[in-house]
Amino acid sequence: MAVAARSRQTKTEKPIWDRTAGRWIRIYIPLFLFILITLFPFYWMIVTSFKSDQELLDQNANPMFVVVPTLHHYQFLFFESHFAQWLLNTTIIAFASTGISLFCSVLAGYALARLRFKGANSIGWGIFITYLVPPTLLFLPLALLIKTFHLFNNLFALILTYPTFLIPFCTWLLIGYFKSIPRELEESALVDGATRLQAMFRIVVPLALPGILSAGMFAFTLSWGEFLYALIFMNDTQTKTLPVGIVQELIRGDDFFWGQLMAAALLASIPVALLYSFFVDYFVAGMTAGAVKG
Amino acid sequence: MSSITLPKVAGTPKRGRLHNRVMQRESTLGYALLVPTMLMLLVFLAWPFLWGIWLSVSNAEIGNDSSHFVGIGNFVYNLSDTIFVQSFWNTMAYTAITTVFKFGLGMSMALLLNQVFPLQRFARAALLLPWIIPSVLSTLAWRWMFDPTFSILNWVLMHSIHSGGVNWLGTTNTALASIFIVNIWRGAPFYGISLLAGLQTIPPDLYEAARVDGASRWQQFREITLPLLRPVLLVVLMLSTILTFADFQLPYVLTRGAPYNSTNVLATWAFNIGVPGGSIGLGAAISLVLFPLLAIAITGVLVSLRSKE
Repeated sequence: MAVAARSRQTKTEKPIWDRTAGRWIRIYIPLFLFILITLFPFYWMIVTSFKSDQELLDQNANPMFVVVPTLHHYQFLFFESHFAQWLLNTTIIAFASTGISLFCSVLAGYALARLRFKGANSIGWGIFITYLVPPTLLFLPLALLIKTFHLFNNLFALILTYPTFLIPFCTWLLIGYFKSIPRELEESALVDGATRLQAMFRIVVPLALPGILSAGMFAFTLSWGEFLYALIFMNDTQTKTLPVGIVQELIRGDDFFWGQLMAAALLASIPVALLYSFFVDYFVAGMTAGAVKG
Repeated sequence: MSSITLPKVAGTPKRGRLHNRVMQRESTLGYALLVPTMLMLLVFLAWPFLWGIWLSVSNAEIGNDSSHFVGIGNFVYNLSDTIFVQSFWNTMAYTAITTVFKFGLGMSMALLLNQVFPLQRFARAALLLPWIIPSVLSTLAWRWMFDPTFSILNWVLMHSIHSGGVNWLGTTNTALASIFIVNIWRGAPFYGISLLAGLQTIPPDLYEAARVDGASRWQQFREITLPLLRPVLLVVLMLSTILTFADFQLPYVLTRGAPYNSTNVLATWAFNIGVPGGSIGLGAAISLVLFPLLAIAITGVLVSLRSKE
């Protein structure tokens, strides 16, 4: 792809609408293809979820469109399955583990970015190194640990374990963010007699809010969709999360009821999609701030 | 993803008198602020990690409390197991092949999104979508698209170029290819958006100057864009490599190892052996194999980051 990498600012010198064939070939057609491939599975989810079982199994109909839309599958989810319970569980777990992770990583991020003490460097590296230990490496011993704590089928099993993979990333992101805030702001507050903690909570944390928000979104999204721990620690239908409930309980044996499955997948995706549609700018800004510091 | 820097912890260079005064209190506060994080990581990460190492050299099984030391027996056993060996190579191929595609497509995406065009915000949000949606759920949608009888992809193939259908999840090679496709579909946006963030930090006057000097677009890309994207790129590569190496949910939901356990990766095979199979020691040994692989990947990235500075 030898498309010129020019940034926005240079563009303004040129007419924005040079409707040449070149522009179509270089930009619009590839972009259209990307978006088509990206969005098609979601279109397919929507179409499937509104089809009756009869229409789904009709080999002769054009599968691309719905002829007689039905809400049957959605009704099933809310009245004949535990979907609402799973939704509630997932919401509680995602909020709680995001809260714990943000609390821990704001404190740790501030300490590592701003305070001077022995061992700070090694602790910073230690937190970074935890990337080497993803859930895939830990799930078996962690299951034994959860058993020791009698937390099987308890939402706390997930609320307490999710932060292990959320905190390192959030801390890492926030260290970068805290460092981008001028030290002078804090120092003048210290000179005026504020304590470190006051300076931190009244000055640095409010200024770092976009970074905290983007760390929070990241944490929320990951805990919303986490699968492995939830699959192992939650065996009781009542305590399952959305991804596990959908995969384990809505697939019955070898039977895939695609209408229900797609309706469930769609509904379970909406909360995170909404979150991003409102905050996508914060999210990209958070990433950009990190990049500037590189 | 976001933070594209390595943590550079507060350094030691010269400070004012104010700092000397608060130094003492500073270090106490520093440790205090780290307590919650350390506590969480020690209990739920370090402890199970060490426990996992013990399990990998023991014959622990579900329902059998009298496990004892078996040395490297589990590892030796695994090496002679053809499914383990195949899972290992699947994992390597999965990481290597998808990374190449995700990088290429993500770079194209970033360069496209960096242009000015109408509906830019929509395009950016749309392209990010696969990466946001819980992968279990989008993978389910793909599984339905790969369905043996009702595959929409086959329907499109038949009605557009009149070719026969592909037995997507039915044979080893096509099933592996399907796993790769879904991973690329899901992962490329992450590269795209992160690289876009990187592109937007490159000062436009560099391109200006290059154009004045008569550099072609390709030269500008090679001499300005790529080198300046390097820090972002390395971090993106590292995170993506770790996530792909250790991926469990995508292969689990798409094929669950089928056909005949030929499409397992280390993560799904460790799960099969350890959870439904109940051989915790053997399973722990399988997932522990990931550790040196990840360590090599991370060291590689860190060394290249260092050499730049």
